[in-house]
Amino acid sequence: MNNENRNIHPPRWAERLLGWYCRPELLEDLQGDLNEYFDRNVKSKGTRRAKLIYTIDVLKFFRIYTIRKFEFINLLINWLMLGSYIKTSGRNIVRNKLFSTINIVGLAISMSVGLMMIGVLSDIFSYDKFNEHHSRIYRVTSDYKYLNERGNTLATTSLKAAKAIEENFSIPEEVAIFHHGFEGDLKAGEKAIPLKGYWANESLFKVFSFHLLKGNPATALKAPYSVVLTETSALKLFGNEEPLNKVIALGKEQYSVTGVMKDLPKFSHVHFDMLGSLSTNEILSKDSKDEMAWDNVWGTWVYLLLPPNANLRNLKTNLDQLSAKEDPSVKNTHVELSLQALDGIMLGPDLGNQIGKTMGGSMVWIFGGLAFVVILSACFNYTNLSIARSLRRTREVGIRKVIGALKSHVISQFVVEAVLISIGSLLVSLLLFLLLRPYFLSVEESLQAMLSLQLSPVLIAYFVLFAIVVGMAAGFFPALFFSKINAIHALKDLSAGLGFKKLTTRKVLIVFQYSISIILITSTVIIYKQYKHFLAFDLGFKTENILNISLQGNKPEVLKKELNELPEVKEISQSVMVTSVGNYWGTYMKYYTNPDDSAMVYYNTVDEHYLPLHEHKLIAGRNFNPKLDSANETEVIVNQAVLKRFKIMEQKPEKAIGEIVKVDHKDVQIIGVMQDFHYGRANNRNMENEVILRYSSKKAYLLNVKIESADILATHAKIEAIWRKIDPVHTLDAKFYSEQIEKSFAGLKASVKVAGFIAFLAIGIASLGLLGMVVFTTETRLKEISIRKVLGANEASLLFMLGKGFFLLLMIASAIGLPITYLFFDQLLFQELANHAPIAFGDLFIGAGAILVVAISMICLQAFKASRANPAQVLKTE
Amino acid sequence: MKGTNLGEFEELVLLTIASLVNDAYSVAICDEIEQHTGRAAKLGVVHAVLNRLEEKGLIKSKLGEATKTRGGKRKRFYTLTVPGKTSLVRAKDMRDQLWDKIPAFVLKSASI
Repeated sequence: MNNENRNIHPPRWAERLLGWYCRPELLEDLQGDLNEYFDRNVKSKGTRRAKLIYTIDVLKFFRIYTIRKFEFINLLINWLMLGSYIKTSGRNIVRNKLFSTINIVGLAISMSVGLMMIGVLSDIFSYDKFNEHHSRIYRVTSDYKYLNERGNTLATTSLKAAKAIEENFSIPEEVAIFHHGFEGDLKAGEKAIPLKGYWANESLFKVFSFHLLKGNPATALKAPYSVVLTETSALKLFGNEEPLNKVIALGKEQYSVTGVMKDLPKFSHVHFDMLGSLSTNEILSKDSKDEMAWDNVWGTWVYLLLPPNANLRNLKTNLDQLSAKEDPSVKNTHVELSLQALDGIMLGPDLGNQIGKTMGGSMVWIFGGLAFVVILSACFNYTNLSIARSLRRTREVGIRKVIGALKSHVISQFVVEAVLISIGSLLVSLLLFLLLRPYFLSVEESLQAMLSLQLSPVLIAYFVLFAIVVGMAAGFFPALFFSKINAIHALKDLSAGLGFKKLTTRKVLIVFQYSISIILITSTVIIYKQYKHFLAFDLGFKTENILNISLQGNKPEVLKKELNELPEVKEISQSVMVTSVGNYWGTYMKYYTNPDDSAMVYYNTVDEHYLPLHEHKLIAGRNFNPKLDSANETEVIVNQAVLKRFKIMEQKPEKAIGEIVKVDHKDVQIIGVMQDFHYGRANNRNMENEVILRYSSKKAYLLNVKIESADILATHAKIEAIWRKIDPVHTLDAKFYSEQIEKSFAGLKASVKVAGFIAFLAIGIASLGLLGMVVFTTETRLKEISIRKVLGANEASLLFMLGKGFFLLLMIASAIGLPITYLFFDQLLFQELANHAPIAFGDLFIGAGAILVVAISMICLQAFKASRANPAQVLKTE
Repeated sequence: MKGTNLGEFEELVLLTIASLVNDAYSVAICDEIEQHTGRAAKLGVVHAVLNRLEEKGLIKSKLGEATKTRGGKRKRFYTLTVPGKTSLVRAKDMRDQLWDKIPAFVLKSASI
């Protein structure tokens, strides 16, 4: 070999690959051959080609006769040594109490989040599995497009489509239909119980495995005016009497009970108290044109039971053909039908009009990602501390190697140790899991309804598996590190400074942990600020001290009269809905200058007290006058956006008064123009919603009661007493406007809680890790510190010397974390979120500052302790 | 049994080993074959054949001394075993017999 070629080496990884797969008896001369060719190629074809050829050759030699046989004896040795590993690991865990505690606590904290995640996933994945054919059930979803404006994808479809699929499609075995609208107060004799349910067809029991306790599943929902009750509803209505064939009344109709089904399992995506036969609905809504309209896609859920191995593409083609056939029946509208698997509903996209609550895939991804980051952070602690301590264990590894341990033996030893620690952490984290479970479920109301997080043998098995995986992940890098220790070096020169190698990796890990912590805490602060900002948002009207009471079918006058007698009640108005909490009521409006332009406007139907009570600002015109006969709608109040949208009188409010517009096919006169306000939630992108207020003194679903009271609870009790007198069936549903707004931002509140909690954990774990590192560094440098002191260093300079490395790391972490957070919110999240508060730079630094203070005080405390140690004591032992 | 008959390339490798006497290791064998036949002998092919021949018991091998070349790796030298030699001789005999049976005029045109 030429001297100038000495330093040119074949690619390391290829060499290693060859060494890994090749049989030992063939290895040496094969390596030699390849080297010889490599040297030749370097000379004739250049280094780069030579390396390429070498790599290709290594790959080409991967053949049956060159591959290493599975070595059974190694496995046997590993198995025999397991006892020894466990013993030494146990001793080590006990010997280093501080490090073991840091590791176990850190892992336990992070694993409790992981356990929560596993619990949630296992609950979510067990949804709808009680259905025997769950993998063959599909739901028909709709995309509603008006004039090519992309609308939401809906979980519902039209009754028309449902019927067409049921009658004409050949692929589905059965078609189950749920149709909304079957609910109200059911009367059985004297009793009246409010129940909720759906109209449903008889195939329902063939598609879903709902267990019918009484009655015949094939016919129970066939005849008109039949009702199937759940066990609980039957018990409520009839007590212990036999419910079958009893007559119950809902409104004017009489129904007979044809079946009693077992209560729905908790893990069902659809819930109801009763089912009415769909044939009844056909009779009741015979005269309604809308009911069977193609574009009435809001109230019917259709589930198909497909044969095994059904061709979904063919079915989709059939659906497209159906759309193509029916689309012309409604102007400017396209309804696209698609299929969604039953098993995908809980984790699927957030469709509109879900039949029940769903989790949403994105939520699980975000939460899972956070859990993963926290667990990773704890694993880093383990890696860091283990490698830092390696100095003390090199001798052990050296001796093991001299006696004959292979790399793989050392690796398995350290992995076993890590798994032992993680199993220990599992016990702690299981306790934490049980402690945290109720808090987690109460983070958001819907979680409580959706999840149970009950421990089951399967779940425990998942937990153990999870702990083993975490242990292996945490122990892998230390194990690799130890396995590489050279036995001779380790025994010859203990202070060879193995512990100070890999410093860069450890620094990177610390920076990573702190960056994550800073990102999480800062995000929490920012989201919290947004939440507060939206609650205090100026909606364009006043919401203070307004109690919204849902009438639940009662006459407004009676309640109003009673409530007016309370001294605390200042004013009462009525409306059909609550604005600014995410509810939308829409209708169509036209202006005569452009008869073809019919556009959707949002509305609220109110009485004459509504405007002054909510302090909406009228720009021009007048409020409604009280009118008893409201059957004939003649007047309307519009907002500025309406004038702009329909180009009414050059948008001049004064001139618009008296103009006639068509609302819901009726001519009405504009009598007032009010200022724009947030009809949707405060974070709604489009502030300029076209809103009209319509008048009715009779039609009302809500009373808005303005209250002035020092003792809200007492007032509430008084109102409740009045309510109970008027309506003994329903419970009072009264909420303050501000509460309702708060509730409409419950998702944001929940994310503050969850993000805050996870940020807290991440900081805790990172701090534990840093503490371990600081303790270790100061311990190993104790002698140096003492000598420096003897030579005259003062405490402040020692503090600076010990701490500066860590300060630098923390600075780097903030320099990474803060811009990432800022960009994430500014460029990504806030682009989607309208009307958000700007990110204040103070907010960015609060969280980061808090973390830094904790970290720095920790470092200082340790460094101070070390610098205060008596040098004479330390140096005496030398 | 397949093992008793030699393939064409196997025979070539055996002959090369015999001709190289004490210096027959994989790379040298490749070079020798390339030199004599003019066709490229890839290490991968030769290596596989050597392995197969050794399995059949026609050749045996031992590692040489470590040198500074080849990245310090030893060479594996191959020599023919007795069955190896016999099979080579047998192959030659078989050919010779066939050659003898060919009347002179059959190959006349080829030699011109």
